[in-house]
Amino acid sequence: MSKAKIAVFLCHCGTNIAGVIDIERVAKEIRRIPDAVVWDHRFLCSTDGVESMVNNIKSSGVDRVVVAACSFRTHEPLFQEALRRAELNPYLLEMVNIRELCSWVHEGEKEKATEKAIRIIKAAITKVRNNKPLERKKLPIIPAALVIGGGIAGIRAALDIADAGFTVYLVEKEPSIGGNMAKLDKTFPTLDCSICILGPLMNAVAQHPNIKLFTYSEVLSIEGRVGEFLVKILRKPRYVREDLCKGCLICIAKCPGKAIDEFNAGLSYRKAIYIPYPQAVPRIPVIDPNTCLYIQKGVCRICEKLCPVGAIDFSQRGGVIEVRVGAIVVATGFEEYNASNIYEYGYSKYPNVVTGLQLERLASSYGPTEGRLIIPGLGKEPRRIAIVNCVGSRDERHLPYCCRVGCMASLKHTWYVKHLLPDAEVFIFADEIRASGKGFEEFYRRIRQLPKVYIVKGRASEVRGNPNGTLSVRAYDPALGREISIEVDFVVLEVGIVAGRGTEAVKNILKLGVLPSSGFLLELHPKLNPVETAVDGVYICGAAAGPKDIPETVAQASAAASKVITLLSRGYIETQPYIAKVDEELCSGCRICLTVCEYNAIKIVERGGRNVAYVDEALCKGCGACVGSCPSRAIEVLNLGLKQVEEMVAEILR
Amino acid sequence: MSVEPRVLVFACTYCAYAAAETAGVSKLQYPPQIYIVRLPCSGMFKSYYVLKALRSGFDAVLWSGCHPPYDCHFINGNYKARVRATLLKAYLKQLGFEDERFRLEWIAAGEADRFALIAKEIVENATRLPKLRFIEYREVEVK
Ligand SMILES: Cc1cc2nc3c(=O)[nH]c(=O)nc-3n(C[C@H](O)[C@H](O)[C@H](O)COP(=O)(O)OP(=O)(O)OC[C@H]3O[C@@H](n4cnc5c(N)ncnc54)[C@H](O)[C@@H]3O)c2cc1C
Repeated sequence: MSKAKIAVFLCHCGTNIAGVIDIERVAKEIRRIPDAVVWDHRFLCSTDGVESMVNNIKSSGVDRVVVAACSFRTHEPLFQEALRRAELNPYLLEMVNIRELCSWVHEGEKEKATEKAIRIIKAAITKVRNNKPLERKKLPIIPAALVIGGGIAGIRAALDIADAGFTVYLVEKEPSIGGNMAKLDKTFPTLDCSICILGPLMNAVAQHPNIKLFTYSEVLSIEGRVGEFLVKILRKPRYVREDLCKGCLICIAKCPGKAIDEFNAGLSYRKAIYIPYPQAVPRIPVIDPNTCLYIQKGVCRICEKLCPVGAIDFSQRGGVIEVRVGAIVVATGFEEYNASNIYEYGYSKYPNVVTGLQLERLASSYGPTEGRLIIPGLGKEPRRIAIVNCVGSRDERHLPYCCRVGCMASLKHTWYVKHLLPDAEVFIFADEIRASGKGFEEFYRRIRQLPKVYIVKGRASEVRGNPNGTLSVRAYDPALGREISIEVDFVVLEVGIVAGRGTEAVKNILKLGVLPSSGFLLELHPKLNPVETAVDGVYICGAAAGPKDIPETVAQASAAASKVITLLSRGYIETQPYIAKVDEELCSGCRICLTVCEYNAIKIVERGGRNVAYVDEALCKGCGACVGSCPSRAIEVLNLGLKQVEEMVAEILR
Repeated sequence: MSVEPRVLVFACTYCAYAAAETAGVSKLQYPPQIYIVRLPCSGMFKSYYVLKALRSGFDAVLWSGCHPPYDCHFINGNYKARVRATLLKAYLKQLGFEDERFRLEWIAAGEADRFALIAKEIVENATRLPKLRFIEYREVEVK
């Protein structure tokens, strides 16, 4: 007999396998293979089973192992460890599933199941002969992170990562961090003052020694891989020097420029030099070049004359800076859906129809009316208010999904109205009120019990202007079984939300997946990996990853941050061992494999005067798309080579 | 030697193979003439593997992967498989193979019953097919 090379371990799994498959017959058949030695065990995964496996591998001097048992998914790590202990490379193991794929599915056909088990074990033996010892390479990680988007999600993630001792580059496209939460007056269901709980965190970001804040900046490009991303950041010119400005805001006073105030959702005007809102962080104004008289017409410079520290600098051109990070958090948030698209609700046609975010600004003490609830353009207080829910949401023509915050926002907005104008009447038009969060139902009850608050069960079908300036909101009321029409003088639309253009920009740079209906970023797995993405080292959180309220956003941001911290504090990444390998002799440099690789893992390099493909093992995921595409049989995945697959296929029926 | 049909299944690790394993856990019974080869992703599609299987004596081949559009663990390997499988199907037809010899299916990890159903169906169809016979040829060593 030739010297044994391949150890084959057959597991009975009690009667799970042995109750159907005749293990003795299998062992007899396999023993006919000259270079195979066979052992069987009642429970190979028991301590005793693994122990005997280690001993048998050692004493028999085999150099390949086949385990015929159950699923590689659950048991491969255990048996790989046994090989390691027996001083064999763990990738010289091949598992054959004779339980889930054989004994359990052919219970009534013992004879045939046994025959099948023999065949698939033989195929595995054929394959394992050509397995090579593999290793996971350790690659270094840059101990820094990039956070894109400075809403509450990005703020929370940045603070968590920075608190763990890592450098964080926080990039925000607007002049201030804060995001949409800064626009809210109060937050449901507790009615906390939004900026009062957000402001301290914004200041913590500004003062944190580990956070480098880049506001009024955008990510231009990202290259590299987990552990080593090279990020280019565009710093837009502020025309105000951040190193000199003391935030006194004297410059703003005399500025003659005038533009629509984006922060106040178009309800007021701002100057050409401005800060978006009083609590802005950093407290450094920006000059909007489109409205600045000096930049547009070459006259004025009054801000420059007023600035006591000479911080105004019209020569700024902005610039691109480069940073290197090991991990990335995308927290680019959401935008309100364009309410004018839902023409039947009359948004942008009637001045007394506003969106939920506009109402937030109207109710806010630092909003356009300093917290007085008046109808924009009309200058008087409303007396009868309709709040229309699901505007664009859960509507096949617009957004098929639920915005998750509209119902609660509508209740909160009712409270705003009743708080500011106790005598006003409020009608909420809603199919239903979804109040499933913590404390939500209680809040719903509290609002319902307020006087002169009516919940109309039925989606509003139309908002129509009347000649006297009032509005009629029509809906089908299923309780009454007929259409109703209610005359009001003010309408608030709880508009659905979408991932913003900012999210789309980052998605394109990082090649992230999105849900097509909404553009929200796609997680690696909806249940088990909600903050990871298909790109290693890139995490998502907050409203960019799907409609969310603030508590969920914060929880997810901390989850993403903890993933980053885990990665960065390990200090290295291990590559996955099943990478593609190029046979440079056979490769013709045709580049077809480059086009099918979704991970940009293949590039063309020069070898001895010829162009050939080269696989970056840090990026390769071992999917094998390149294998299928190669017309020259020049690329294969390690331990699942072309020959290995072909021989396996042939062996089954030999 | 039995004259029963033999069917080879190429299954991607994350969906189709997982479905096959789940079928096992659920004890869903299907004919033992099914043999499964696990690949990382259906996008590893290589027509040669299918041809090799038919040449080696399998009566039919099933290539299986994750449902489009989003189930694929490797972003869009399933689309790559679909493109190549369509070409192969046309080619097999020209070569004179019956349509039932080769099939492409999307099977999610949870669709154990679907896996078992397809397994039954494909064996049943293969039973009605004549045994393949190949005329002698000289093998070309490619590697
Ligand atoms: C009308 C309304 C009322 C609400 N009321 C409540 C409430 O009472 N309670 C509650 O819990 N939730 C409420 N929400 C939900 C709440 O606003 C969100 O949960 C929260 O703002 C999500 O935070 P975020 O950081 O994920 O996103 P955002 O707040 O949208 O922040 C994203 C940030 O990223 C920036 N950004 C985007 N793209 C880029 C880019 N490419 N580069 C750099 N920066 C970028 C943006 O400028 C922004 O600053 C309400 C929502 C609405 C619409």
